[in-house]
Amino acid sequence: MSDDDEETSTEPEELSHKQKLEIAKWFLINSPPGEIQYVAKDVKAVLKDENVYEAAAAEAFPLYNKSHMICLQLPDRSGDVMVTSFSEITEDEYLDPRTAQVAVVNHVKQACTEVRPASDEELPSAYVEEYRCAVDAEISKYVGEAYPKGVCSVYSTKGKHVEEPGSNFELVVVILASRHSPQNFCNGSWRSIWNVVFEDELQIVELRGRMEVGAHYFEEGNVQLDAKHECKDSTAFQSPDDCAASVVNIIRHHETEYLNSLQTSYLNLPDTTFKDLRRKLPVTRTLFPWHNTMQFSLTRDISKELGIGK
Amino acid sequence: MEAAMGLMRRIPPKHTETALSALLSLLPHHSSDLLSQVDQPLQVLCDVDCGKEFILCEYNRDADSYRSPWSNKYHPPLEDGPHPSPELRKLEIEANEVFAIYREQYYEGGISSVYLWEDENEGFVACFLIKKDGSKTAHGKRGYLQEGAWDAIHVIEVGPEEEGKAHYCLTSTVMLSLTTNDESSGTFNLSGSIRRQMNMDLSVAEGHLCNMGKMIEEMEGKLRNSLDQVYFGKTKEMVCTLRPPAELVQMRLPDS
Repeated sequence: MSDDDEETSTEPEELSHKQKLEIAKWFLINSPPGEIQYVAKDVKAVLKDENVYEAAAAEAFPLYNKSHMICLQLPDRSGDVMVTSFSEITEDEYLDPRTAQVAVVNHVKQACTEVRPASDEELPSAYVEEYRCAVDAEISKYVGEAYPKGVCSVYSTKGKHVEEPGSNFELVVVILASRHSPQNFCNGSWRSIWNVVFEDELQIVELRGRMEVGAHYFEEGNVQLDAKHECKDSTAFQSPDDCAASVVNIIRHHETEYLNSLQTSYLNLPDTTFKDLRRKLPVTRTLFPWHNTMQFSLTRDISKELGIGK
Repeated sequence: MEAAMGLMRRIPPKHTETALSALLSLLPHHSSDLLSQVDQPLQVLCDVDCGKEFILCEYNRDADSYRSPWSNKYHPPLEDGPHPSPELRKLEIEANEVFAIYREQYYEGGISSVYLWEDENEGFVACFLIKKDGSKTAHGKRGYLQEGAWDAIHVIEVGPEEEGKAHYCLTSTVMLSLTTNDESSGTFNLSGSIRRQMNMDLSVAEGHLCNMGKMIEEMEGKLRNSLDQVYFGKTKEMVCTLRPPAELVQMRLPDS
């Protein structure tokens, strides 16, 4: 989308309702973690059109909430529910398998309005639930240790009604840790999504993990980190408790390694990666001699540069 | 307008151009404010007369044409586009040459342009621009970056000379983005922009170019350090707050 200088002839073209809606949606969906409400306020002010804003919010908030896997407290304080595409029953209803309840959610307010018990249809079979529950217990322990403010959930997706050995089924583990510090101009989130496929015939469990980390610091500026990583692993198909332990060990291993590689990336910044953009000092290790540029005509590199320039 | 600036501070830096386009179409009456207050990644044109590239900005633009600092001509050609006076043009030529050397020393590549023009207060304004593509396919010498861009815009207002001194007001903006990508650690992207101001009263004994150059060098150094230590540092701190490194976690566990 390039925007060349406008020829200010008469009145600038008014955007259509649909165009304004798409723009508003775009801003909302691309808000950094924890900032959609602030962005919403600004979008409302810039749009100056309540109807367009409300239509855009109705479409954008659910997408943002699911993508950021926001965690909402259940109204009766019996636990939390995570808004994800894996826990979605309908756009406004989300399952919390741990308490076997379904929460009704108001996306724009980012709050849970009511809760009801889940029906049998919505829950996995007893066979699958054994595995889901074991993994949930182990992952909750892990998340409690590794993430100061982490939340997690385990959902059964494909094959959730498989009654006994003989078919494949799949679980999805989601982990979310977020930190919102608007008074310090800093927000961030860590999201992990692990697809765990239990392959009956091969008797193995295949894992596919995707980790996404974002951080935003905006005191007198706007700097954002956006990092992603994908990995795979597998383990043997065993009893629910043994599987759970292996699966979580694998997750712990990969996530720890990923954190280490993030730290290494940061460590390398000042002297290697950043240097490819701009050095701290010239090769001469002195500041540039502004009053004495003739000195450089003696240096081979610089005269080559001047040669190209002339 | 305040809301528009608020949005620009929150959207991911890599979407700056899209966001600005969107805001310009929503708020067409604020277009000149938006264009002057929101910095976008710099664009480049090639000067057909001498085969060198030059950077485009509001300060060398008239209508839809841009003036090249090398040939002093507008691209596409313009009947009566504004040009700096002959004395200022002389300084502009020298500034471009010297700044190109400065750029080579610090950036080992990239493109630079300097534009000068008279202002109403008997002083002048200078705009120094640098664009560096540090990706390994372009000028990234060490090949670390999959994608890397540094755009610097320095605008200096120089006041009239009084008793051998002049007042310099420098406003600098740096926009940068860097991405590394490999098997073991996935994609890592840091991007952002910061803006700072610096005011100084300096003797003109060594000339304006020397004064402006030193200010810019000092400012770029500060911005680079600030980006590295404060800005990138804060995002790193955030990551370690979300998930503290393993050593710390193990220390807290009673067993194993």
